[in-house]
Amino acid sequence: MSEGFFSRGFRSRRKPSDESGRLPPGQYLERGFPVLSAGPTPHTPLANWDFSIVGEVDQPKRWSWDEFHALPRETVTKDIHCVTKWSKFDTHWEGVSLDTLLAQVESSASYVIAFSDGGYSTNLPLDEVLGGQAWVVDTYEGQPLSPQHGGPARLLVPHLYFWKSAKWVRGLRLVAEDEPGFWESLGYNNHGDPWKEERYQGD
Amino acid sequence: MERRTLPGRLTWQLGEVVTTQPETARTKSITLIVPNWMGHQAGQHVDVRLTAADGYQAERSYSIASPPEEAPRVTLTVERLDDGEVSPYLTEELRVGDKLELRGPIGGYFVWEAQMGGPLLLVAGGSGIVPLMAMLRHRAAAGGSVATRLLDSSRSYADIIYRDELDRLVKNTTMLEVVHTLTRAQPPGWTGYHRRIDPEMLREVAWSSDQRPLTFICGPTPFVETAAASLVTLGHDPARIKTERFGPTGEA
Amino acid sequence: MMENKLDGNAAAGTLQEIFPFEMTLAQVTCTGCGTTNVIGATAAYMHGMGTIVRCPVCDTVLIRVVHARGRYWLDMRGVRVLEISVEA
Repeated sequence: MSEGFFSRGFRSRRKPSDESGRLPPGQYLERGFPVLSAGPTPHTPLANWDFSIVGEVDQPKRWSWDEFHALPRETVTKDIHCVTKWSKFDTHWEGVSLDTLLAQVESSASYVIAFSDGGYSTNLPLDEVLGGQAWVVDTYEGQPLSPQHGGPARLLVPHLYFWKSAKWVRGLRLVAEDEPGFWESLGYNNHGDPWKEERYQGD
Repeated sequence: MERRTLPGRLTWQLGEVVTTQPETARTKSITLIVPNWMGHQAGQHVDVRLTAADGYQAERSYSIASPPEEAPRVTLTVERLDDGEVSPYLTEELRVGDKLELRGPIGGYFVWEAQMGGPLLLVAGGSGIVPLMAMLRHRAAAGGSVATRLLDSSRSYADIIYRDELDRLVKNTTMLEVVHTLTRAQPPGWTGYHRRIDPEMLREVAWSSDQRPLTFICGPTPFVETAAASLVTLGHDPARIKTERFGPTGEA
Repeated sequence: MMENKLDGNAAAGTLQEIFPFEMTLAQVTCTGCGTTNVIGATAAYMHGMGTIVRCPVCDTVLIRVVHARGRYWLDMRGVRVLEISVEA
């Protein structure tokens, strides 16, 4: 199997350079913004777009694009960390906090499943998307979020690996029992904390 | 069809570089001897893996440029991508005598053997010519007379990979036509196509649909999708069109 | 569009780490639309997290593969039937 083989003269470009301890273990700093897609890029017209909160709630709640834009908005600057080991510092986003959205429903659920156009899903404990930890964002670096990066709107949960920040998000389903999402059901860690290097199941 | 042994689970092998040969300013052919090479078909590819001293690994796929008749010599033609991770190493650092880890051959779907007949339509975008060149070299080695047309899209005259060899193949074999289109720059006096491929160009160059050619299209994803869609619009049977997308950047 | 979409051919390397057969010629019947295609003719999305193979007709996810920590995770819910030729 070529044990111990290495390619003469090949050096990895990806040097982890930990400035001030902002890089979680095993990550490197990336200047670009890699696009990882698991399927064709959805192109939902804004006239057809809505965001819903459904499941174990008193009343399902739905916002059209205009109604979503009428909600209080925040600008956030965050570091983001992909499980494929790249991190980006100081990314700038604008959108609506999940605190604002979830305040509109009553629920005794403990988990949320974020669901997206194209069929993607990811699961999170409810208490990890409240308290200023999560947003639905539609603006990146001052520009409307491009489709390849999840536009018109994506979830942003920067304290977890970036696969949890579901692109093309269309809503949250609140549930009593946790349900592993697209990657969580295929070997990735159910939680995904980059500071504990929770990349895969069993980590 | 000749029976082949089961491929078995793919394992990594070490090949040794025996020659390197620049093709254009940005591309280089690398010939390896791979002991225990099980043979391949024209159109197949290998996965190449580089390992740094700290254990970091990078993997990419490259089409085999050499025909099956040259086994156990295996030639890859690699285009250096400016922000690539693997291609700069292969085109600038790798030397004769170095070992390269690879596995393959892979991909029995995108292959052509002389006994499959034709007419054969090959549509290449830039470095997408590589697996199609393996087919043309195999065709020549097999005493090729299958009616074949190649439409080859390149940025400029200097960027045409295998340009001289293509000219020789046209001269020295029968029933082969090669049409070039140069999309960014043309030499003085150029009378050929000078635009990106489109349905009109394919209508003029391709076999008519009632001749039911076997078609192989290879290159960057947008190129492949334009070519395939155009041929289907012209009435070609999608089942006789095979595609190999290289991805948006051309590095598979 | 900067999608990492390739032909099913590109997924053959990964699939042939698991299955000791010529997988680009294996036929998959889609649970979404019922069409049968050789894997070489499907759409493959491949990146650092894993490999996703989709139906070329309806985009239904046919096969998902992750290779991590010495394990393979293989989901083939989208495939009603996988037909593999033992003779190459």
